[in-house]
Amino acid sequence: MPTELPTLTPADFASDQDVRWCPGCGDYAILAQMKKVMPQLGVARENVVFISGIGCSSRFPYYMNTYGLHSIHGRAPAFATGLKSSRQDLQVWVVTGDGDGLSIGGNHFMHLIRRNVDLKIMLFNNRIYGLTKGQYSPTSPLGKVSVSTPMGAIDNPLNPLSVAIGCEATFVARSIDVNIKHLGEVMKRAAEHKGTAFIEIYQNCNVFNDGAWDYATSKETKHDNVLELEHGKPLIFGKAKNKGIRLNGTHPEVVELGKGISEDDLLFHDEKAPEPTLAYLLSRMRHPEFPEPIGVFRDVDGPKYDVELNRQITAAREKKGEGDLNALYNSGETWTVG
Amino acid sequence: MTTTTAEPEVANPKTVNPVPSATIRFCGDSGDGMQITGDQFTSTSALLGNDVATFPDYPAEIRAPRGTLAGVSGFQVHFSSEDIFTPGDTLDALVVMNPAALKTNLRDLRKGGILICNSDNFQKSDLDLAGYDVNPLDSQVLEDQYQLFKVQMTKITREALKDTGLGTKEVDRCKNFFALGLVYWLYGRDQEPTLRYLQSKFSNKPEIIAANTKAMRAGWNYGETTDAFTSSYKVEPAQLPPGKYKNMKGNTAMAWGLMTAAKLSGKELFLGSYPITPASDILHELSKFKNFGVRTFQAEDEIAAVCSAIGAAYGGAMGITTSSGPGIALKGEGIGLAIMLELPLLVINIQRGGPSTGLPTKTEQADLFQAILGRNGESPMPVIAARSPGDCFDAAIEAWRISSRMMVPVMVLSDGYIANGSEPWLIPDYNKLEKIPIHHPVPSENGEKFKPYQRDELLARPWGIPGIKGLMHRLGGLEKQDVTGNVNYEPENHEHMVHTRAKKVDNVAQLIGLQEVEGPETGDLLVLSWGGTYGACKTAVEQCQEQGIKVAHAHLRWLNPFPRNLGDVLKRYKKVLVPELNKGQLRMIIRSKYLVDAQGLNKIQGRPFFVQEVVAAIRGQLGLASANGSKPTATAAVSGIAGSGDAGG
Repeated sequence: MPTELPTLTPADFASDQDVRWCPGCGDYAILAQMKKVMPQLGVARENVVFISGIGCSSRFPYYMNTYGLHSIHGRAPAFATGLKSSRQDLQVWVVTGDGDGLSIGGNHFMHLIRRNVDLKIMLFNNRIYGLTKGQYSPTSPLGKVSVSTPMGAIDNPLNPLSVAIGCEATFVARSIDVNIKHLGEVMKRAAEHKGTAFIEIYQNCNVFNDGAWDYATSKETKHDNVLELEHGKPLIFGKAKNKGIRLNGTHPEVVELGKGISEDDLLFHDEKAPEPTLAYLLSRMRHPEFPEPIGVFRDVDGPKYDVELNRQITAAREKKGEGDLNALYNSGETWTVG
Repeated sequence: MTTTTAEPEVANPKTVNPVPSATIRFCGDSGDGMQITGDQFTSTSALLGNDVATFPDYPAEIRAPRGTLAGVSGFQVHFSSEDIFTPGDTLDALVVMNPAALKTNLRDLRKGGILICNSDNFQKSDLDLAGYDVNPLDSQVLEDQYQLFKVQMTKITREALKDTGLGTKEVDRCKNFFALGLVYWLYGRDQEPTLRYLQSKFSNKPEIIAANTKAMRAGWNYGETTDAFTSSYKVEPAQLPPGKYKNMKGNTAMAWGLMTAAKLSGKELFLGSYPITPASDILHELSKFKNFGVRTFQAEDEIAAVCSAIGAAYGGAMGITTSSGPGIALKGEGIGLAIMLELPLLVINIQRGGPSTGLPTKTEQADLFQAILGRNGESPMPVIAARSPGDCFDAAIEAWRISSRMMVPVMVLSDGYIANGSEPWLIPDYNKLEKIPIHHPVPSENGEKFKPYQRDELLARPWGIPGIKGLMHRLGGLEKQDVTGNVNYEPENHEHMVHTRAKKVDNVAQLIGLQEVEGPETGDLLVLSWGGTYGACKTAVEQCQEQGIKVAHAHLRWLNPFPRNLGDVLKRYKKVLVPELNKGQLRMIIRSKYLVDAQGLNKIQGRPFFVQEVVAAIRGQLGLASANGSKPTATAAVSGIAGSGDAGG
């Protein structure tokens, strides 16, 4: 396939529409990375479809020079499931946000992931409702003061990766809007995965929730607060690469390397682990107690709804032959008049 | 097989009375197998060449408390030597398996009709559950008013099956086949089709085949040999148009129509659906046909169901979603998006009693407003309604023809009555059906940019699908500029687009033909009906015409848009009567659109019209005395939504 494709550049993936996100929005960086990664995926532009729901992130499809569908709030996974199930030749991306994907669309999110339809989901998590001007979201922390929670949010947030893993996700990853190289790599890994690939992207809303991810992005703190996962490697972080995560019973703990603790004592990452236990444990590591892992948490194979559906179609045709309507009409008990 | 033997050694020769038609009902507890019994009687009668029409009626609970009034399940069959269009108003024969069934169904049995009761089930506890203080079978009232047959079905079935080795529970489950066998004898039906059914249904359970066969034969022999029954009845085959027939249920016809439409248009079918009564059978039926390229997706909810179908449609498939009223309510936003995207899509609503959960297993026509108006914004869509079980096949094909031609979602209305009812279906030849041409655009040769909202003469836009080089475009639910499809919020553009989408739906009228009328071209009264009330209205109008009344019948197939000549048709009659199983929804639309003083006949009981109710309303409109003095149970011209339009009936 790649050999038939002309060499494309990021500019070839830019649509003719003006991008209308607020200046300084984290979405720009994500869009730029997507355009950069696309030419490297070996998929023709006309075979790529971006499907979104409603929200700031969901304007994404308008800005990609591919096929695109800007649908209704929270339902992008359902549109994408219908499209991919009937069009296996397409590469389908779902673009969503923390409100769209986890609040109004939580049900579809859960079922898309359990079905493991061969789709890629990018969830832009800015922990706020941006398009509706600043209400708290299902990922806003407890106590979050917003226009709809003047005394602070009192409902417990959920953790997108934990939810995805709980729904039997076969691929879960996390990256950060400004960590552009890392983000591009994660996008590529998601594209290569067969089945539902879920990426949570920390994205800054500089208008309604500016700095929500500062601890993970500022030069001073990011090395201590973020841990880059690598398959088969020990969990090490810190500017001097001198800190690690060790397992104490079933609990992770932060340890300093040296002083009798070597890399071999640390927890090693295994994104291929058949059981999601490790991936779940990693998803529970939250700031400020722990550095928050980024990268691929889990990448395993599993039955894919769209593939199995089409396999059943093929199998039925092989077994029974192509359907014959006249034979169907005349099946069962019939009688003749005149 | 249809007549009894006339050999001289038979001590008690029985008479066979020819009758033009008969209506019978089997009813019992919801665990008594009444639906299967009725189904078998219907199939057998159809195979015999009778015209048939059925009305299954069952509770919403799978197993309502045993023996209670709420748990009664019934199946009515009207079979005839003539062309018929309804399952019959009153019963000629009623089979009841317990006191609860007797109590809830007796009122429908005509005086002098046959009443067969399983007297074994009229014990003290059964009577208590049905609220009888004394055993009604012991009273003289039933004996006097009906031909009462008290049959010990449980005891005789147990006796007949004592050597089968089955337990009492299994044996007792066969007593419905005893009843079936008895009624087969009563109407001279052949037992062979049911034996064939047993063979194919239970091919790996020979003991079940043997037991049910014995029970059915015991029922037949009971009629044949005991003195209780002195005569049986005979209904000759009907003179249907020549051809090959099969007995067809509405939901099956709908599923087959959808598959046929897909094939006629060279499309693969994608159904997104969520289980709901009474629509689920379409999902079940379509799920069987993967070798036809049929993809069925049981979604996580109604919303995902419609959205997945739209996603498939965006990819170039024939997208369909099936549901009933509560599900359609949830799909509203998705349907609105399909209207905005201008993609083809079929939304199928098998209506049931509402509002809310309402009467899940009962029929109603109260979702017409929902179909025509039930979305936010100015969001018109074409609406078609099937009129009978077999017609669901044709309605599905016609709906897809319009949807794919006009790039607009189409609502297909059916209802619980025609979905579960059945009638003889003239089997078509697929090769003689008109193809449905669909063209997908290809890139222009001069390299001109694809314009996804450039319209043709009927205002339909091109169906550009992913995977085609040079057509890459983005669609969405935001208002868009005409021609380019780019997001656009300009005031004049929005108004233009609202009018354009509406005009496009109006243009469907150019494709659907003119309204036809059965009966005089002008006259005193026009009966205007839609959907599943077709049979009752047609039959009622014909009966009145035979009585010399100047009444005509127009049945609407398309509810949006209406046929171009409908306004003219309405004005040719002094009065217009609109019978509906709702509070007057079509009537309100007709009144507002055509300024016609239409009157209503409205019934909201979860049951179809009786022919005599419509006859009485027709006579009432014309100031004629009731033909038989009986009072209709439906309310003629109720006061309600249509306000000043209501007049005494």
